[in-house]
Amino acid sequence: MRSRNRTSSGSTRDGWIDALRKIVGPDACLTSQAELYAYACDGLTLDPHQPEVVVLPQSTEEVAEVVRACRAAGRAFLPRGAGTGLSGGAHPLNDAVVISCARMNQILNLDPRDRLAIVQPGVVNADLSVAARSEGLFYAPDPSSQQACTIGGNVAENSGGPHTLKYGTTTNHILALELVLPDGSVVQLGSATGGATGYDLLGACVGSEGTTGIVTEITVRLEPLPEAVETLLVIFDGVPDACRLVGRIIRGGLVPAALEVVDRRTVEAVEASVYRAGLPQEAGAVLILELDGPACALPAQIEHIRALADEAGAQEIRVAADETERTRFWRARKGAFGAMGRLAPDLYVHDAVVPRGRLPEILEEICAIGDRYRLKLSNVFHAGDGNLHPNISFDRRDPDELERVIAAGREILEVCVAAGGVLTGEHGVGTEKRDYMGMLFGPDDLEAMKKLRATFDPEGVCNPGKIIPSTRACLESNPKARGYDRVPFT
Amino acid sequence: MASSKSDALANFPESLYEGTLDCVHCGLCLTHCPTYRVTGRESSSPRGRIYMMRGVAEGDLPFDQTIADELHLCLGCRACESACPSGVEYGSLLEAGRAAAAEAGLRPGVRHRLEGLALRHVLPAPRRLRAFTTFLDWAQRLKLDSWLTAVWPRGLRRAWSLLPPVPPRAARRPLPQFTPAEGPRRGCVALHEGCLMPELFGAVNRATVRVLSRNGYDVVVPQGQRCCGALLAHAGDLDSARSLARQNVKAFTSDASFDMVLSNSAGCGAALRETHHWLPEDGAALSSRVRDVCEWLDEVGLRAPLGHLPLRVAYDDPCHLVHAQQVAAAPRRLLEKIPGLELLQHRDAEACCGAAGTYGLLQPEMSAPILEAKIQSLAEVEPEVVATGNPGCLLQIRSGAEERDLPFRVLHPIELIDAAHHAAS
Repeated sequence: MRSRNRTSSGSTRDGWIDALRKIVGPDACLTSQAELYAYACDGLTLDPHQPEVVVLPQSTEEVAEVVRACRAAGRAFLPRGAGTGLSGGAHPLNDAVVISCARMNQILNLDPRDRLAIVQPGVVNADLSVAARSEGLFYAPDPSSQQACTIGGNVAENSGGPHTLKYGTTTNHILALELVLPDGSVVQLGSATGGATGYDLLGACVGSEGTTGIVTEITVRLEPLPEAVETLLVIFDGVPDACRLVGRIIRGGLVPAALEVVDRRTVEAVEASVYRAGLPQEAGAVLILELDGPACALPAQIEHIRALADEAGAQEIRVAADETERTRFWRARKGAFGAMGRLAPDLYVHDAVVPRGRLPEILEEICAIGDRYRLKLSNVFHAGDGNLHPNISFDRRDPDELERVIAAGREILEVCVAAGGVLTGEHGVGTEKRDYMGMLFGPDDLEAMKKLRATFDPEGVCNPGKIIPSTRACLESNPKARGYDRVPFT
Repeated sequence: MASSKSDALANFPESLYEGTLDCVHCGLCLTHCPTYRVTGRESSSPRGRIYMMRGVAEGDLPFDQTIADELHLCLGCRACESACPSGVEYGSLLEAGRAAAAEAGLRPGVRHRLEGLALRHVLPAPRRLRAFTTFLDWAQRLKLDSWLTAVWPRGLRRAWSLLPPVPPRAARRPLPQFTPAEGPRRGCVALHEGCLMPELFGAVNRATVRVLSRNGYDVVVPQGQRCCGALLAHAGDLDSARSLARQNVKAFTSDASFDMVLSNSAGCGAALRETHHWLPEDGAALSSRVRDVCEWLDEVGLRAPLGHLPLRVAYDDPCHLVHAQQVAAAPRRLLEKIPGLELLQHRDAEACCGAAGTYGLLQPEMSAPILEAKIQSLAEVEPEVVATGNPGCLLQIRSGAEERDLPFRVLHPIELIDAAHHAAS
């Protein structure tokens, strides 16, 4: 009925595409204009770029052959998971070939004895935890998009999630990687035992946003399911009050599994959606707090938190009655970004980290910036980590509003960096923050990063145009070079 | 092919374009989409289809055959709507997109054109439909299929295998226009009997009437009711669907003596409930009064006694009940009330079985792996009965079970309730 392998022409110019088609099969090589259009951006819809070809390989060997074919044809390439990233990491610049890992979605081994799993990069984050559950295990990093995003994408962006507070980000859970280098060779980094000998090349690759090669197999650490979990809603008049409680909890020596603040505008959007969970819409802010651990330890912790919450002026505390209600609260929290689509056609999800102690004042500044630029700004964030997500709802068809969105975003980042923070907590740099890297790093830092990248990809063909700004953009982004020496290369 | 901006926009109604703007491209829908799960292609995902339609409306993309094909490859299961935090009305976008494709002269394949003919001229015409089932009945009795299908192409063979044995003529006789309540009367309901249901699932319709009557409801089957038009709308023929909807509005709203309009077929129920999408003026009068029969019984409560039914039952959600009508708990609660019945939990109960109206016939290559996954997850829990409330799903799961020689029966939940009532009396 329909031929999938339409090419723009059958001329010799497309010989290299035929080579790709031979490697992955005609049905796994997309070349029609409409199909390519669907791959032009990820969760960040600003500045889309269409790829020249999309391939969907199914094995490490196919990926390696695709990479070699791209090199032979002088084409750049980049990996793509589910395209739920928020920093444009999967935007194909320079007509790069998209290597989609969507068909590499097998859990190859789940080993309860060593508490690890070996997975292909296209395995969906939530599916891994579902599979591990029967063994009493789970995969801890849980980005809000976990029902769709892939482990490969999580490795690329070093994704976090609400439970990062206690369990750490992706990099704390990756034991080993199989990587197809930009010359088509296949290497193993790290080891299943987690022991490190020599330089931590594995650490360099996690969070490298696909600029060091294409990850084709991932060995992850699994965590034992906690014996008991309690999820609380602490309701406040305003976001700064909620942030103050967060400070008190951390200072009080408690380590909750998650501490999430959701503001009123976000609660309203979520409560209008399929993810509604009965969050109080009249409250100024809701703190979602999760405790996990031995069952005998939790009641005392809850009492401790009640006392701290009273001191912090909380209106009310609700403890989730059962697992169903707990799940509802989390579904609501994780559906929050998408729910903002109810406010406007586009959403810019910012991502910055600030010292926890300064959260209340910085949030006030951020809201003031939103007001000054006349933007619909809402806040839903990982308060325990000081990882902010100011969300700006807008319509990209309105050029004036778009300009204000960009300007406000930049100003927000400046405020965060000036307070001793960093540009991203979990979304990555991508194209979105590339040109702001100069706010945080000096030329020497950036040069060191370039050299590290060149060790893996000397010709810059693997996900070009990400993370490292061009020298000119770097100088333009911060002529005053604030903080160049203060914050070292991290 | 429409390629200039003005042409493209002319084919895209403003409401369709506006609808695409509800999507913020978060991607939470991807893994809920059966065609994305099978292909891994983003152009075969809800987000991709919406983005392509927006691209056409904004003049970035010509409205070409690839887009039309992707719209037709969609099952219309609307699982994406249950996952969408932004509330995109994907089902409506799909119907409008397919209609726009038809207007743009993007012709679907031969199968789709045959479907169009059948949908317009057979399904909504009870007499022609009856003639077809009579033919089918004879063909099955004479075992025409054994030698005919040997020379048929694969797609047609598959279509034939989906058709159940035609029930005896007695089971196909029309429902009584009025059935009084047994015992103390609680109210009066109207039943939408569907087009396919009376011909192939007359037993389900009869069981529905019996259960309602036993639970204290007069059951009216209003004359003048028509096919719900859902399959036509899904195929992009919105005009024909609207005309049927108008007749249904008339048939079901001119008489105010009944409390509710009930449907036992998820696809019809969803379409009737969304009549106001097709008829913004007067559709709400009907759509606000429609309920699924299980949802209604769960709401008002079963009154007649339920006898012992020692069966292992897996309930599989019809897409147009769980996603389009957001009814998932009600049928399970009803089944759990039956003494002795063990309700099993299988994986991905809310995922599509690949029937999707006429999809199983039109897109057999895509439908087959989706059905295979469904049968696999059902087989794992070893049920004696699979319960599901939609004719397409009943046929599809039955054929999948037969193909793998699995011993379970596939029934409508109302048949189990009816059997439990019977066991008690």
